[in-house]
Amino acid sequence: MSRSLRTALLAGLLAGSAPALAAAPLELRPTPEVDLPFGDDIGFPAGPGSDVIASNCTACHSADHTLNQPALSREEWHAVVDKMITAYKAPITPEDARVIVDYLARVKGEP
Amino acid sequence: MPQHTTLSSPSRRGLLSAAALGGMGLLAGRARADTFDFHVPGGPSTRPMTTTYPEKGRMIVQRTRPPWLETPFDVFDTGVFTPNDQHFVSWHWATFPTHVDTGSFALKVHGLVERPQALSLRELIYDLPRFEIAAVSQCAGNSRLYAQPRVAGAQWANGSMSNALYAGVRLKDVLDRAGVKGGATHVQFGGLDEPMLPDAPKFVKALDIDHARDGEVMLAFAMNGQQLPMLNGFPLKLIVPGWSAVYWIKMLDDIEVTDHPDPSVWTTRSYRVPDTPNHTVEPGQKGFGMVPITRNLPRSFVTNLKPGDSVPVGAPQPVRGIAFGGDRGVAAVDLSLDGGRTWQPTTLGRDEGTYSFRQWQATISLPARGAHTVMARCTNADRVVQPMRRVWNPGGYMSNQVETLDLVAA
Repeated sequence: MSRSLRTALLAGLLAGSAPALAAAPLELRPTPEVDLPFGDDIGFPAGPGSDVIASNCTACHSADHTLNQPALSREEWHAVVDKMITAYKAPITPEDARVIVDYLARVKGEP
Repeated sequence: MPQHTTLSSPSRRGLLSAAALGGMGLLAGRARADTFDFHVPGGPSTRPMTTTYPEKGRMIVQRTRPPWLETPFDVFDTGVFTPNDQHFVSWHWATFPTHVDTGSFALKVHGLVERPQALSLRELIYDLPRFEIAAVSQCAGNSRLYAQPRVAGAQWANGSMSNALYAGVRLKDVLDRAGVKGGATHVQFGGLDEPMLPDAPKFVKALDIDHARDGEVMLAFAMNGQQLPMLNGFPLKLIVPGWSAVYWIKMLDDIEVTDHPDPSVWTTRSYRVPDTPNHTVEPGQKGFGMVPITRNLPRSFVTNLKPGDSVPVGAPQPVRGIAFGGDRGVAAVDLSLDGGRTWQPTTLGRDEGTYSFRQWQATISLPARGAHTVMARCTNADRVVQPMRRVWNPGGYMSNQVETLDLVAA
Protein backbone atom coordinates (compact mmCIF):
# COMPACT_ATOMS: atom_id res chain seq x y z
CA MET A 1 0.00 0.00 0.00
CA SER A 2 2.83 2.32 0.81
CA ARG A 3 4.07 2.75 -2.74
CA SER A 4 0.89 4.05 -4.26
CA LEU A 5 0.10 6.25 -1.29
CA ARG A 6 3.61 7.52 -1.19
CA THR A 7 3.55 8.20 -4.88
CA ALA A 8 0.35 10.14 -4.45
CA LEU A 9 1.87 12.02 -1.58
CA LEU A 10 4.99 12.87 -3.49
CA ALA A 11 3.03 13.96 -6.49
CA GLY A 12 0.52 15.90 -4.47
CA LEU A 13 2.53 17.35 -1.66
CA LEU A 14 6.09 17.41 -2.74
CA ALA A 15 5.99 18.34 -6.39
CA GLY A 16 9.17 20.17 -7.21
CA SER A 17 11.82 21.20 -4.75
CA ALA A 18 11.08 22.52 -1.30
CA PRO A 19 11.14 26.23 -2.17
CA ALA A 20 8.48 25.66 -4.82
CA LEU A 21 6.05 24.19 -2.35
CA ALA A 22 3.67 27.10 -2.58
CA ALA A 23 2.41 25.38 -5.71
CA ALA A 24 1.67 22.13 -3.91
CA PRO A 25 -2.02 21.48 -4.29
CA LEU A 26 -2.73 19.88 -0.93
CA GLU A 27 -5.94 21.10 0.63
CA LEU A 28 -7.28 19.60 3.80
CA ARG A 29 -10.81 18.45 3.20
CA PRO A 30 -13.25 19.81 5.74
CA THR A 31 -14.55 16.75 7.51
CA PRO A 32 -18.19 16.24 8.32
CA GLU A 33 -18.93 16.00 12.00
CA VAL A 34 -18.00 12.49 13.01
CA ASP A 35 -20.26 10.30 15.06
CA LEU A 36 -18.51 8.57 17.93
CA PRO A 37 -20.10 5.31 19.10
CA PHE A 38 -19.73 6.25 22.74
CA GLY A 39 -23.12 4.76 23.57
CA ASP A 40 -21.82 1.27 22.83
CA ASP A 41 -20.33 0.77 26.27
CA ILE A 42 -21.66 -2.25 28.12
CA GLY A 43 -21.93 -0.62 31.54
CA PHE A 44 -21.08 -2.08 34.92
CA PRO A 45 -22.62 -5.42 35.97
CA ALA A 46 -25.40 -4.82 38.46
CA GLY A 47 -24.70 -5.47 42.11
CA PRO A 48 -23.85 -3.71 45.37
CA GLY A 49 -22.06 -0.48 44.49
CA SER A 50 -22.67 -0.62 40.74
CA ASP A 51 -24.65 2.62 40.88
CA VAL A 52 -21.84 4.30 42.82
CA ILE A 53 -19.08 3.24 40.43
CA ALA A 54 -21.21 4.18 37.42
CA SER A 55 -22.05 7.64 38.71
CA ASN A 56 -18.48 8.40 39.83
CA CYS A 57 -16.41 6.88 37.04
CA THR A 58 -18.31 7.03 33.75
CA ALA A 59 -18.16 10.81 33.52
CA CYS A 60 -14.60 10.40 32.27
CA HIS A 61 -14.45 6.86 30.89
CA SER A 62 -16.68 4.03 29.83
CA ALA A 63 -17.12 0.98 32.03
CA ASP A 64 -15.17 -1.29 29.68
CA HIS A 65 -12.04 0.63 30.69
CA THR A 66 -12.50 -0.76 34.19
CA LEU A 67 -13.92 -4.16 33.29
CA ASN A 68 -10.98 -4.93 30.97
CA GLN A 69 -8.51 -4.47 33.82
CA PRO A 70 -6.87 -7.60 35.24
CA ALA A 71 -7.65 -9.01 38.65
CA LEU A 72 -5.90 -6.80 41.17
CA SER A 73 -5.50 -6.79 44.94
CA ARG A 74 -7.56 -4.42 47.09
CA GLU A 75 -4.39 -2.42 47.69
CA GLU A 76 -3.85 -2.05 43.96
CA TRP A 77 -7.47 -1.04 43.40
CA HIS A 78 -7.15 1.50 46.18
CA ALA A 79 -4.08 2.94 44.47
CA VAL A 80 -5.95 3.13 41.15
CA VAL A 81 -8.90 4.97 42.68
CA ASP A 82 -6.56 7.24 44.63
CA LYS A 83 -4.73 8.18 41.43
CA MET A 84 -8.04 9.02 39.76
CA ILE A 85 -8.79 11.36 42.68
CA THR A 86 -5.41 12.95 43.33
CA ALA A 87 -3.86 13.05 39.85
CA TYR A 88 -6.90 13.36 37.60
CA LYS A 89 -9.15 15.19 40.07
CA ALA A 90 -12.13 12.83 40.03
CA PRO A 91 -14.53 14.26 42.66
CA ILE A 92 -15.04 10.99 44.53
CA THR A 93 -15.87 11.12 48.24
CA PRO A 94 -13.91 8.86 50.61
CA GLU A 95 -17.11 6.92 51.29
CA ASP A 96 -17.76 6.35 47.58
CA ALA A 97 -14.11 5.43 47.06
CA ARG A 98 -14.51 2.62 49.60
CA VAL A 99 -17.66 1.37 47.88
CA ILE A 100 -15.88 1.45 44.51
CA VAL A 101 -12.89 -0.52 45.81
CA ASP A 102 -15.27 -3.07 47.36
CA TYR A 103 -17.15 -3.38 44.07
CA LEU A 104 -13.97 -3.84 42.06
CA ALA A 105 -12.49 -6.39 44.44
CA ARG A 106 -15.75 -8.36 44.30
CA VAL A 107 -16.49 -8.09 40.58
CA LYS A 108 -12.94 -8.31 39.26
CA GLY A 109 -11.65 -10.86 41.76
CA GLU A 110 -8.23 -10.98 43.32
CA PRO A 111 -5.14 -12.27 41.53
CA MET B 1 -14.34 26.29 24.39
CA PRO B 2 -13.14 27.13 20.87
CA GLN B 3 -15.80 28.49 18.57
CA HIS B 4 -14.59 26.64 15.51
CA THR B 5 -14.95 23.18 16.91
CA THR B 6 -17.84 20.95 17.70
CA LEU B 7 -17.06 19.01 20.80
CA SER B 8 -18.20 15.51 21.41
CA SER B 9 -20.88 16.42 23.86
CA PRO B 10 -21.00 13.67 26.43
CA SER B 11 -24.70 14.17 26.88
CA ARG B 12 -25.34 13.71 23.20
CA ARG B 13 -24.82 9.99 22.98
CA GLY B 14 -22.85 8.41 25.68
CA LEU B 15 -22.29 9.88 29.06
CA LEU B 16 -25.68 10.33 30.56
CA SER B 17 -27.06 7.14 29.20
CA ALA B 18 -23.99 5.25 30.32
CA ALA B 19 -24.19 6.75 33.77
CA ALA B 20 -27.90 6.24 34.05
CA LEU B 21 -27.86 2.73 32.73
CA GLY B 22 -24.52 1.64 34.12
CA GLY B 23 -26.13 -0.05 37.06
CA MET B 24 -28.53 -2.02 34.92
CA GLY B 25 -26.01 -4.52 33.68
CA LEU B 26 -25.20 -5.43 30.15
CA LEU B 27 -26.46 -3.27 27.35
CA ALA B 28 -26.52 -4.48 23.82
CA GLY B 29 -23.62 -3.05 21.85
CA ARG B 30 -24.15 -1.64 18.40
CA ALA B 31 -22.76 -3.49 15.42
CA ARG B 32 -20.08 -5.37 17.29
CA ALA B 33 -18.97 -7.76 14.61
CA ASP B 34 -16.95 -10.27 16.58
CA THR B 35 -14.51 -10.67 19.41
CA PHE B 36 -10.76 -11.13 19.61
CA ASP B 37 -9.14 -13.43 22.18
CA PHE B 38 -5.64 -12.52 23.38
CA HIS B 39 -5.38 -15.77 25.41
CA VAL B 40 -3.87 -14.15 28.49
CA PRO B 41 -4.40 -15.30 32.08
CA GLY B 42 -5.28 -13.08 35.01
CA GLY B 43 -8.17 -11.10 33.61
CA PRO B 44 -10.58 -10.64 30.73
CA SER B 45 -8.92 -12.09 27.65
CA THR B 46 -11.38 -11.16 24.91
CA ARG B 47 -12.25 -7.80 23.41
CA PRO B 48 -14.90 -6.77 20.91
CA MET B 49 -13.88 -5.96 17.37
CA THR B 50 -15.55 -2.93 15.85
CA THR B 51 -15.94 -1.07 12.60
CA THR B 52 -18.13 1.68 14.08
CA TYR B 53 -15.54 4.39 14.69
CA PRO B 54 -15.30 7.13 12.07
CA GLU B 55 -12.57 6.75 9.43
CA LYS B 56 -11.50 3.52 11.10
CA GLY B 57 -11.55 -0.02 9.80
CA ARG B 58 -11.66 -3.18 11.86
CA MET B 59 -10.17 -2.39 15.26
CA ILE B 60 -9.99 -4.02 18.69
CA VAL B 61 -11.94 -2.07 21.33
CA GLN B 62 -9.82 -1.69 24.44
CA ARG B 63 -12.04 1.14 25.66
CA THR B 64 -15.14 2.71 24.15
CA ARG B 65 -14.81 6.22 25.59
CA PRO B 66 -12.47 7.94 25.30
CA PRO B 67 -11.42 5.53 22.61
CA TRP B 68 -8.57 3.10 22.93
CA LEU B 69 -8.61 1.20 19.64
CA GLU B 70 -5.91 -1.38 19.05
CA THR B 71 -4.51 -2.36 15.66
CA PRO B 72 -5.17 -6.08 14.98
CA PHE B 73 -1.72 -7.64 14.81
CA ASP B 74 -2.20 -9.30 11.42
CA VAL B 75 -2.18 -5.79 9.91
CA PHE B 76 1.57 -5.62 10.58
CA ASP B 77 2.21 -8.45 8.12
CA THR B 78 0.63 -6.53 5.25
CA GLY B 79 3.27 -3.84 4.81
CA VAL B 80 5.80 -1.59 6.45
CA PHE B 81 3.34 1.30 6.80
CA THR B 82 0.18 0.85 8.84
CA PRO B 83 -2.98 1.84 6.95
CA ASN B 84 -4.49 5.02 8.35
CA ASP B 85 -7.81 3.33 8.98
CA GLN B 86 -6.09 0.78 11.22
CA HIS B 87 -3.60 3.11 12.91
CA PHE B 88 -4.19 2.66 16.65
CA VAL B 89 -6.19 5.28 18.56
CA SER B 90 -5.66 6.54 22.12
CA TRP B 91 -7.17 9.55 23.87
CA HIS B 92 -6.87 10.66 27.48
CA TRP B 93 -10.03 12.78 27.61
CA ALA B 94 -13.32 12.17 25.81
CA THR B 95 -14.01 15.84 25.13
CA PHE B 96 -12.31 16.30 21.80
CA PRO B 97 -13.83 17.83 18.67
CA THR B 98 -15.99 15.78 16.37
CA HIS B 99 -15.54 18.50 13.76
CA VAL B 100 -12.77 20.98 13.02
CA ASP B 101 -13.28 23.97 10.73
CA THR B 102 -10.17 23.94 8.53
CA GLY B 103 -10.75 27.60 7.65
CA SER B 104 -10.68 29.00 11.16
CA PHE B 105 -8.36 26.53 12.87
CA ALA B 106 -5.30 28.31 14.27
CA LEU B 107 -2.08 27.01 15.76
CA LYS B 108 -1.05 29.39 18.50
CA VAL B 109 2.66 29.85 19.25
CA HIS B 110 3.22 31.95 22.33
CA GLY B 111 5.20 32.32 25.52
CA LEU B 112 8.88 33.22 25.27
CA VAL B 113 8.78 34.26 21.62
CA GLU B 114 9.41 37.55 19.84
CA ARG B 115 6.39 37.28 17.54
CA PRO B 116 3.43 35.28 18.87
CA GLN B 117 1.75 33.40 16.04
CA ALA B 118 -1.71 32.20 15.15
CA LEU B 119 -0.98 30.08 12.11
CA SER B 120 -3.74 28.92 9.82
CA LEU B 121 -3.61 25.54 8.14
CA ARG B 122 -3.15 27.38 4.89
CA GLU B 123 -0.07 29.15 6.21
CA LEU B 124 1.34 25.89 7.51
CA ILE B 125 0.73 24.14 4.21
CA TYR B 126 1.87 26.89 1.84
CA ASP B 127 4.24 29.24 3.65
CA LEU B 128 6.64 26.90 5.41
CA PRO B 129 9.06 24.35 3.93
CA ARG B 130 7.54 20.92 3.65
CA PHE B 131 9.09 18.10 5.68
CA GLU B 132 8.48 14.37 5.50
CA ILE B 133 9.55 11.54 7.81
CA ALA B 134 8.57 7.95 8.50
CA ALA B 135 8.13 7.13 12.17
CA VAL B 136 6.67 4.54 14.50
CA SER B 137 4.09 5.81 16.94
CA GLN B 138 4.04 3.48 19.94
CA CYS B 139 2.06 3.93 23.13
CA ALA B 140 4.29 3.87 26.23
CA GLY B 141 2.07 1.06 27.52
CA ASN B 142 2.16 -1.11 24.42
CA SER B 143 2.16 -4.80 25.46
CA ARG B 144 1.06 -4.03 29.04
CA LEU B 145 -1.44 -6.90 28.70
CA TYR B 146 1.49 -9.32 28.91
CA ALA B 147 3.02 -7.93 32.13
CA GLN B 148 3.58 -10.61 34.77
CA PRO B 149 2.27 -9.95 37.30
CA ARG B 150 -0.47 -7.98 35.55
CA VAL B 151 -0.73 -4.25 36.22
CA ALA B 152 -3.47 -1.63 35.90
CA GLY B 153 -3.69 0.59 32.83
CA ALA B 154 -4.72 0.29 29.22
CA GLN B 155 -4.55 -3.44 28.56
CA TRP B 156 -2.86 -3.16 25.19
CA ALA B 157 -1.52 -6.27 23.53
CA ASN B 158 1.15 -5.56 20.91
CA GLY B 159 -1.03 -3.39 18.69
CA SER B 160 -0.78 0.10 20.19
CA MET B 161 1.89 0.89 17.64
CA SER B 162 1.69 2.02 14.04
CA ASN B 163 4.08 3.23 11.37
CA ALA B 164 3.32 6.06 8.96
CA LEU B 165 4.97 8.43 6.54
CA TYR B 166 4.20 11.89 7.89
CA ALA B 167 4.17 15.13 5.91
CA GLY B 168 4.03 18.60 7.37
CA VAL B 169 6.44 21.21 8.66
CA ARG B 170 9.41 21.17 11.00
CA LEU B 171 8.71 22.43 14.50
CA LYS B 172 12.02 24.29 14.20
CA ASP B 173 10.68 26.34 11.29
CA VAL B 174 7.53 27.22 13.21
CA LEU B 175 9.58 28.23 16.27
CA ASP B 176 11.97 30.28 14.13
CA ARG B 177 9.03 32.11 12.60
CA ALA B 178 7.94 33.08 16.10
CA GLY B 179 11.49 33.83 17.25
CA VAL B 180 12.47 32.01 20.42
CA LYS B 181 13.66 34.39 23.11
CA GLY B 182 16.79 33.90 25.16
CA GLY B 183 16.19 31.98 28.35
CA ALA B 184 13.72 29.57 26.78
CA THR B 185 14.36 26.01 27.91
CA HIS B 186 11.22 24.02 27.04
CA VAL B 187 8.31 23.91 24.62
CA GLN B 188 4.91 22.71 25.81
CA PHE B 189 2.24 21.31 23.53
CA GLY B 190 -1.53 21.06 23.88
CA GLY B 191 -4.41 20.04 21.66
CA LEU B 192 -8.11 20.64 21.24
CA ASP B 193 -9.02 17.88 23.69
CA GLU B 194 -10.19 19.16 27.05
CA PRO B 195 -10.69 17.44 30.41
CA MET B 196 -14.18 16.23 31.23
CA LEU B 197 -14.15 17.87 34.64
CA PRO B 198 -13.25 21.48 35.41
CA ASP B 199 -10.46 20.73 37.89
CA ALA B 200 -8.91 17.90 35.90
CA PRO B 201 -5.54 18.46 34.25
CA LYS B 202 -5.45 19.29 30.57
CA PHE B 203 -3.36 16.79 28.64
CA VAL B 204 -0.06 18.43 27.70
CA LYS B 205 3.51 17.30 27.12
CA ALA B 206 6.77 19.23 26.70
CA LEU B 207 10.16 18.83 25.04
CA ASP B 208 13.36 20.61 25.88
CA ILE B 209 14.18 23.43 23.50
CA ASP B 210 17.10 21.71 21.76
CA HIS B 211 15.00 18.63 21.06
CA ALA B 212 12.15 20.80 19.81
CA ARG B 213 14.55 22.51 17.39
CA ASP B 214 16.39 19.40 16.18
CA GLY B 215 14.86 19.62 12.70
CA GLU B 216 13.13 16.23 12.98
CA VAL B 217 10.34 16.99 15.44
CA MET B 218 7.54 18.10 13.16
CA LEU B 219 3.88 19.01 12.84
CA ALA B 220 2.06 16.65 10.49
CA PHE B 221 -1.02 17.50 8.48
CA ALA B 222 -0.79 14.32 6.41
CA MET B 223 0.02 10.69 7.07
CA ASN B 224 0.58 8.14 4.31
CA GLY B 225 -0.47 10.76 1.79
CA GLN B 226 -3.85 11.49 3.34
CA GLN B 227 -5.07 14.02 5.85
CA LEU B 228 -5.12 12.69 9.40
CA PRO B 229 -8.16 10.72 10.53
CA MET B 230 -10.08 12.71 13.15
CA LEU B 231 -9.29 10.09 15.79
CA ASN B 232 -5.56 10.29 15.00
CA GLY B 233 -5.43 14.02 15.53
CA PHE B 234 -6.89 15.91 12.56
CA PRO B 235 -5.93 18.47 11.46
CA LEU B 236 -2.44 18.67 12.98
CA LYS B 237 -0.35 16.32 15.09
CA LEU B 238 3.00 16.70 16.79
CA ILE B 239 5.41 14.00 15.57
CA VAL B 240 8.37 13.26 17.84
CA PRO B 241 10.35 10.66 15.86
CA GLY B 242 11.84 7.97 18.06
CA TRP B 243 9.94 9.04 21.16
CA SER B 244 6.93 7.54 22.87
CA ALA B 245 3.55 8.39 21.33
CA VAL B 246 2.47 10.09 24.55
CA TYR B 247 4.40 13.11 23.25
CA TRP B 248 2.61 13.07 19.89
CA ILE B 249 -0.07 15.61 20.79
CA LYS B 250 -3.17 15.22 18.63
CA MET B 251 -5.27 18.10 17.30
CA LEU B 252 -2.28 20.27 18.19
CA ASP B 253 -3.33 23.90 18.48
CA ASP B 254 -1.11 25.33 21.23
CA ILE B 255 2.68 25.66 21.43
CA GLU B 256 4.06 27.52 24.41
CA VAL B 257 7.75 28.30 24.77
CA THR B 258 8.67 28.32 28.46
CA ASP B 259 11.59 28.56 30.83
CA HIS B 260 10.70 25.53 32.94
CA PRO B 261 10.18 21.77 32.62
CA ASP B 262 6.68 20.35 32.15
CA PRO B 263 4.93 20.71 35.53
CA SER B 264 1.87 18.66 34.58
CA VAL B 265 0.83 15.39 36.19
CA TRP B 266 1.29 13.74 32.79
CA THR B 267 5.03 14.01 33.38
CA THR B 268 5.45 14.42 37.13
CA ARG B 269 3.11 11.58 38.13
CA SER B 270 2.12 9.56 35.06
CA TYR B 271 4.25 8.12 32.29
CA ARG B 272 7.23 7.41 34.52
CA VAL B 273 9.49 4.38 34.71
CA PRO B 274 12.18 3.13 37.10
CA ASP B 275 15.66 4.46 36.37
CA THR B 276 16.97 0.88 36.46
CA PRO B 277 18.46 -1.17 33.59
CA ASN B 278 15.71 -1.86 31.04
CA HIS B 279 13.37 0.03 33.41
CA THR B 280 12.85 -3.28 35.17
CA VAL B 281 12.28 -3.93 38.87
CA GLU B 282 10.91 -6.79 40.96
CA PRO B 283 7.26 -6.56 42.00
CA GLY B 284 7.20 -4.92 45.41
CA GLN B 285 10.75 -3.61 45.09
CA LYS B 286 11.39 -0.21 46.69
CA GLY B 287 14.14 2.34 46.68
CA PHE B 288 14.58 3.17 43.00
CA GLY B 289 14.18 6.49 41.23
CA MET B 290 11.51 7.22 38.65
CA VAL B 291 12.13 9.13 35.41
CA PRO B 292 9.83 10.35 32.65
CA ILE B 293 9.31 8.08 29.67
CA THR B 294 11.11 9.48 26.65
CA ARG B 295 12.52 7.51 23.73
CA ASN B 296 11.36 4.24 22.25
CA LEU B 297 13.48 1.13 22.60
CA PRO B 298 14.24 -1.54 19.98
CA ARG B 299 11.59 -4.18 19.35
CA SER B 300 10.93 -6.90 16.81
CA PHE B 301 8.00 -9.15 16.04
CA VAL B 302 7.25 -12.15 13.84
CA THR B 303 4.23 -11.24 11.74
CA ASN B 304 3.60 -14.21 9.43
CA LEU B 305 3.20 -16.88 12.12
CA LYS B 306 0.99 -16.95 15.19
CA PRO B 307 1.54 -18.65 18.55
CA GLY B 308 0.70 -22.33 18.25
CA ASP B 309 1.00 -22.47 14.47
CA SER B 310 2.05 -25.80 13.03
CA VAL B 311 4.87 -25.88 10.47
CA PRO B 312 6.24 -28.82 8.44
CA VAL B 313 9.12 -30.57 10.18
CA GLY B 314 12.46 -30.34 8.42
CA ALA B 315 11.18 -28.12 5.63
CA PRO B 316 12.24 -24.58 4.78
CA GLN B 317 9.91 -22.24 6.63
CA PRO B 318 9.84 -18.52 5.81
CA VAL B 319 9.73 -16.27 8.85
CA ARG B 320 9.19 -12.57 8.45
CA GLY B 321 8.32 -9.63 10.58
CA ILE B 322 8.88 -6.04 11.54
CA ALA B 323 11.34 -4.30 13.82
CA PHE B 324 12.12 -0.80 14.93
CA GLY B 325 15.20 0.53 16.64
CA GLY B 326 13.56 3.13 18.88
CA ASP B 327 15.44 6.41 18.63
CA ARG B 328 18.07 4.85 16.35
CA GLY B 329 17.78 2.80 13.19
CA VAL B 330 17.63 -0.97 13.01
CA ALA B 331 21.14 -2.43 12.70
CA ALA B 332 20.17 -6.11 12.80
CA VAL B 333 17.38 -8.54 13.54
CA ASP B 334 18.47 -12.01 14.58
CA LEU B 335 16.55 -15.21 15.26
CA SER B 336 17.18 -17.93 17.80
CA LEU B 337 15.69 -21.41 17.72
CA ASP B 338 17.46 -22.59 20.89
CA GLY B 339 16.24 -20.23 23.57
CA GLY B 340 18.82 -17.55 22.89
CA ARG B 341 22.03 -19.64 22.93
CA THR B 342 22.74 -19.05 19.25
CA TRP B 343 21.42 -16.48 16.83
CA GLN B 344 21.13 -16.38 13.07
CA PRO B 345 20.84 -13.21 11.01
CA THR B 346 17.83 -12.13 9.01
CA THR B 347 17.71 -10.11 5.81
CA LEU B 348 16.49 -6.58 6.39
CA GLY B 349 14.00 -5.00 4.03
CA ARG B 350 14.13 -1.54 2.50
CA ASP B 351 15.24 1.21 4.88
CA GLU B 352 12.38 3.73 5.13
CA GLY B 353 14.26 5.86 7.66
CA THR B 354 15.73 5.76 11.14
CA TYR B 355 12.41 5.80 12.99
CA SER B 356 10.34 3.56 10.72
CA PHE B 357 9.38 -0.06 11.00
CA ARG B 358 11.90 -2.17 9.09
CA GLN B 359 10.73 -5.42 7.59
CA TRP B 360 12.96 -8.50 7.90
CA GLN B 361 12.83 -12.08 6.70
CA ALA B 362 14.65 -15.37 7.08
CA THR B 363 14.17 -19.04 6.38
CA ILE B 364 14.33 -21.52 9.23
CA SER B 365 13.96 -25.26 9.48
CA LEU B 366 12.65 -27.00 12.57
CA PRO B 367 14.57 -30.28 12.76
CA ALA B 368 12.37 -32.43 14.99
CA ARG B 369 8.69 -32.96 15.63
CA GLY B 370 7.24 -31.21 18.63
CA ALA B 371 7.32 -27.83 20.32
CA HIS B 372 9.79 -25.18 19.28
CA THR B 373 10.30 -21.52 20.02
CA VAL B 374 11.42 -18.79 17.70
CA MET B 375 12.91 -15.67 19.24
CA ALA B 376 13.39 -12.42 17.31
CA ARG B 377 15.86 -9.83 18.59
CA CYS B 378 16.51 -6.33 17.28
CA THR B 379 19.80 -4.50 17.70
CA ASN B 380 19.74 -0.78 16.95
CA ALA B 381 22.44 1.42 15.47
CA ASP B 382 23.62 2.37 18.97
CA ARG B 383 24.09 -1.38 19.66
CA VAL B 384 21.17 -1.32 22.08
CA VAL B 385 19.80 -4.87 22.09
CA GLN B 386 16.42 -6.11 23.23
CA PRO B 387 16.83 -7.73 26.65
CA MET B 388 16.17 -11.44 27.18
CA ARG B 389 14.81 -10.82 30.68
CA ARG B 390 11.17 -9.76 30.81
CA VAL B 391 10.64 -6.06 31.42
CA TRP B 392 8.44 -5.31 34.43
CA ASN B 393 7.63 -2.08 36.21
CA PRO B 394 4.59 -0.91 38.18
CA GLY B 395 3.20 1.15 35.29
CA GLY B 396 3.55 -1.60 32.71
CA TYR B 397 5.57 0.72 30.46
CA MET B 398 8.28 0.28 27.83
CA SER B 399 8.06 -3.46 27.46
CA ASN B 400 10.67 -4.53 24.91
CA GLN B 401 12.05 -7.91 25.86
CA VAL B 402 12.82 -10.45 23.12
CA GLU B 403 9.53 -11.95 21.93
CA THR B 404 9.15 -15.72 22.02
CA LEU B 405 6.90 -17.43 19.50
CA ASP B 406 5.80 -20.99 20.25
CA LEU B 407 5.46 -23.21 17.18
CA VAL B 408 4.79 -26.90 16.62
CA ALA B 409 6.72 -28.86 13.99
CA ALA B 410 4.67 -31.70 12.57
